[in-house]
Amino acid sequence: MTTVSVRKNPAPEGTGPSLTSVATGRKVKDRAVQVLVYGAFALAVIPLISVLWTVVVNGIERLDADFFAFSMNGLSGMDAGGGAYHAIIGTLEQVAITSVIAVPIAVLTAIYLVEYGGNSRLARTISFFVDVMTGIPSIVAGLFVLALWLLTFGFEYSGFAGALALTILMIPTVVRATEEMLKLVPNDLREASYALGVPRWRTVVFVVLPTALSGIVTGVMLAVARVMGETAPLLLTIFFTKAINTNPFEGPQGSLPTFIWEQAADPNQNSIDRAWAGALVLILIIMLLNLGARLIARLWRPAGGH
Amino acid sequence: MAKRIEVSGLHAYYGGVHAIEDISMTIEPRSVTAFIGPSGCGKSTFLRTLNRMHEVIPGARVEGKVMLDDEDLYGASVDPVAVRRVVGMVFQRPNPFPTMSIYDNVAAGLKLNGVRKKARLDEIVEESLQGANLWNEVKDRLSKPGAGLSGGQQQRLCIARAIAVQPQVLLMDEPCSALDPISTLAIEDLIAKLKSQYTIVIVTHNMQQAARVSDRTAFFNIAGTGQPGKLIEIDDTSNIFTNPEMKATEDYITGRFG
Repeated sequence: MTTVSVRKNPAPEGTGPSLTSVATGRKVKDRAVQVLVYGAFALAVIPLISVLWTVVVNGIERLDADFFAFSMNGLSGMDAGGGAYHAIIGTLEQVAITSVIAVPIAVLTAIYLVEYGGNSRLARTISFFVDVMTGIPSIVAGLFVLALWLLTFGFEYSGFAGALALTILMIPTVVRATEEMLKLVPNDLREASYALGVPRWRTVVFVVLPTALSGIVTGVMLAVARVMGETAPLLLTIFFTKAINTNPFEGPQGSLPTFIWEQAADPNQNSIDRAWAGALVLILIIMLLNLGARLIARLWRPAGGH
Repeated sequence: MAKRIEVSGLHAYYGGVHAIEDISMTIEPRSVTAFIGPSGCGKSTFLRTLNRMHEVIPGARVEGKVMLDDEDLYGASVDPVAVRRVVGMVFQRPNPFPTMSIYDNVAAGLKLNGVRKKARLDEIVEESLQGANLWNEVKDRLSKPGAGLSGGQQQRLCIARAIAVQPQVLLMDEPCSALDPISTLAIEDLIAKLKSQYTIVIVTHNMQQAARVSDRTAFFNIAGTGQPGKLIEIDDTSNIFTNPEMKATEDYITGRFG
C-alpha cells in the first residue's frame, strides 16, 4: 500500500509529532486523485473535440453563400449545389415559437413551485408531473401532437405543430433549471425586500428574478440547444419539404435536423456534404444564440458587476 | 414620526413549537430599547413579530396584541405589507440587493412601491445616505454595485435603505454582530443619532453595546431547551445593569449564567 505508515516510525520521543514526515502518504493519495480527475476530464473532452473537429472538417466543404441562399427545391440528392435556406428558416421559426410558448409557462411554473407552492399538495403534484415530462421520449411528444393536433383537431402539417411538440420537451428542462436558480437566491434578499414593505409579487419580479437571471438564461439556452437538435418529433409534425415555406402556420416546413437526416440518408457525396454543412450550421446557430443570450443577460443588470 | 409600541399577551409559534410565551411590554417612542438574552431565548423571534416578519416563515404564527399607538398590528383588516412600511427592519447580516447599485438599493423600497419621480428619489436617497452616515463615502460612486462596499458600509447601506421608506419604528436584529469594532462604533453613533426621530429596537448579544446605546433594556430567557422564551424583565438600562430586580438578570449580565 502506498499509504505508508507514519505510525511505524513514530517521531523521537519528547519532540512530539513531526511536521514534515506525516504528509507522504497523503501526498501520494492527493497526486493519484489529481491524475484521476484530470484523466476523467480529458476522457470527457475527447468526444466533444472529436465531434466538433469532424463536423467542422466535413462541414466546411459546403459552407458557402449558396448554402444560406438556396433551398433544395427541384434538386435531387445527386445534384451539387442547393442549400439549407428552407431548413434554417424552419428551425429558427419553430424554435422561436417553442421558446415563446415554453419559456413563460416554464418560468412561471418554477416561480410558483419555489416562491408560492411550498410543500402544498398542488406543488408536489406539479413537481411530480414535471419529472414525468422530463422522461418523455421525444418521439412520444411528436406522436402526441400528431394524434391530438393533426389527427383529432384536423390541422395540417406545419412548423407550428412541430413547435408544439418541442414545447412539450422544453418545458420540463426550463422548469427544473429555473427552479434550481431560484432556490439559490438567498432568503435574506426576500426578507430584506418584505421588510421594506414590498409585496411578494414585486419582490419576485424586481429582486428574486434579476438575481437569478443569468442562471435562468443559461438554463433556457441549454433547453433551446436541446430542442433545436430534435429530429423525431419534427418528422411527425412538420413533415418534409424541399421548398422554402416561411409561414410556420401553414403547410410542411423544413428544419435543420430533418434536413440533415434526409441528406445523410442519401448515398451521394453531394448529399452527404450538405448533411455535414447542415450539422455545422446547427452548431453555429446554437453557439451564436448562447453568446447573444449571455450578452443580453449582462446588459440587463448593469449594476451587477460580477 | 416615532410611535409607541404596546405589546400584550404575545405568543409566537413555529409550527408546533411554542417559541415565545406571553410577552407584554411597552416600547417608548424616540428611544432605544435593547433586547438581551442567551441564544434561542426568542428575542429575534419577538422582534420579528413587531413588523409581522415572523409569519413569512412557513408554519409560523402569532397570538396576542401589538398596538402601534392605537392600531393593532394583528387586527383582522391590517395588511402585513403596510405594517412593514411603517416598521422597518435591519438584519444581522448586511443584505444589499446584489443586482442593484448603491443608489438603487436605497431607492428600492420607494421604487418598488411606485415612487417614480427622479428628483424626489434623488432627494430621498441623499437624505437617507446622509442619515446613515454613508453619504460622504459613496456620493461619487452611487451607480456602483452595493455589494462592492465593505461589510460595515453595506450595513449602513441597509440602514439607509430601511429609513428611506420613512418608517416610524426601526427594528435591528444584531446589526453589528458581523462587523468589526470600528464599523460597530459607526453604527452605534448612527443609532444614537436616529433615536431623535425613530422608535428603535435593537437585539444584541453584546451587553456593553446594550449598555452604550439603549435607554431601556429587556432581558429574555428560556427555562430550558425546548421551552418557550420569556421576558424576564424590562427596565431603564441603568437599572438593569446596576440594580436588576430579578436574580436571573443579574446572573446573566455578570456572566454567572447557568
